Formats: sequence, structure tokens, C-alpha cells
Amino acid sequence: MTKSDLIDVLCETQKVPKGRAELLVHVIFDSMEASLKRGERIEIRGFGSFEIRNYRPYEGRNPRTGVTVSVRPKRLPFFKVGKELKERVNAGAGAAAVKSAERAGAKRAPVAVSEGDSSAEATPTGASRATA
Amino acid sequence: MTKADIVENVYEKVGGFSKKEAAEIVETVFDTIKETLERGEKIKISGFGNFVVRDKNARAGRNPQTGQEITISARRVLTFKPSQVLKNVLND
Repeated sequence: MTKSDLIDVLCETQKVPKGRAELLVHVIFDSMEASLKRGERIEIRGFGSFEIRNYRPYEGRNPRTGVTVSVRPKRLPFFKVGKELKERVNAGAGAAAVKSAERAGAKRAPVAVSEGDSSAEATPTGASRATA
Repeated sequence: MTKADIVENVYEKVGGFSKKEAAEIVETVFDTIKETLERGEKIKISGFGNFVVRDKNARAGRNPQTGQEITISARRVLTFKPSQVLKNVLND
């Protein structure tokens, strides 16, 4: 999904004209960018947080040629995923594993797929196997 | 900056919405992003960065407090890669 898909979603669900939806999405990300530029931390509950990390100058190497280069000090944004989204993303992987097990014709036993176990095999015994 | 500050920004810079409507719009944007990522799909915001869902295999780890060896289960994680444009903005 890209920014323009996000704009389309906003158009449909919020009944906003396209031009307005474009402006809205741009203002949201521009204000986040401006905040990071000021060196501020952004915290969106249920989503995650962004913070700026400052890097001191250091002597680096071009990994291809091995030539030493001096890297200037820089600032980079870091994103830390929030608890809710972290769990939802991981649960999404579990749901996919359960689905593929069902498609493979596994019996309707309580499937004990451990979280994030996307390697649930499509064997008939897969559903009854206790996962470690 | 919190979500409330973003709502405030939207309310001030984009006319024609009440605060409540601005809050709903911001909420919709983040909910849509979350739902998409939950499905395992990536989000690409040009000029800002990409949010990518990655599958991690199980690996051996260690409890840093006790030193005991444990297995870190396979999992799906979210990573953010800032765009070159954003990196340039932060460094000029």
C-alpha cells in the first residue's frame, strides 16, 4: 500500500474529495517530518514511536574497495513498533499459518500453533503434533 | 509529538473540518496502516519511508540477565526504513 492508496481509502471511508484527502495525508506526514527535524520524539499510541538518533563522525570503509572514508556526523530516525501493533503483526503470521493448515485438510483439532509459527507443515498429522 | 498534536496540525492547516472530524481522519489513516501491516502487506510513503513486515526464523538466544540459553521463536516483525528524502531533510 502506498501513500496514494491511503489517500483513496480516506476518500471512500470519510467521504472526502480526492484533493482534500491528498492534502490531509500530506499534512499528517509533513507534520511528523517537521517534528523529527526539530529533534522531537513522536509517539503514536498503539502504533509506535519515532526518535532521532545522533551519530558522531567516524572512520568508515567502503565495503567493496576497502578504502577508508570519513563519515560525517548525522541524524537518523528510528522507529520502535508499539505493543499493540507488534502483537497484531505477529498474530497475522499465526493466522496465516492456521489457514494454510486448514487448507491442507488438517482435522479440526485445536491447532496448537505457536505464535509466529509459519512453518506449520501440510501433513495430516500436523494438527495433532504438539509444538515445542 | 503525539497523535493529538497531529490532529491539531490537520485542524489548523486544512480548513473546513471540526476538531472531531480531524481526529477521525487521523485515526482512520493510522488504523488503515495498522490493518494493512497486520495482513503482512508493506506500506510505502514516498518522502517519508517504508514500513515492511518481515518473517524471522527461530534462533538461539540467551537471557542476558541469567545467561541461560533459550530459543527465540519464529515471529513476524515490523521494520521501518526511512526514505533518502527524509534522511536528507534531517541532515541539512
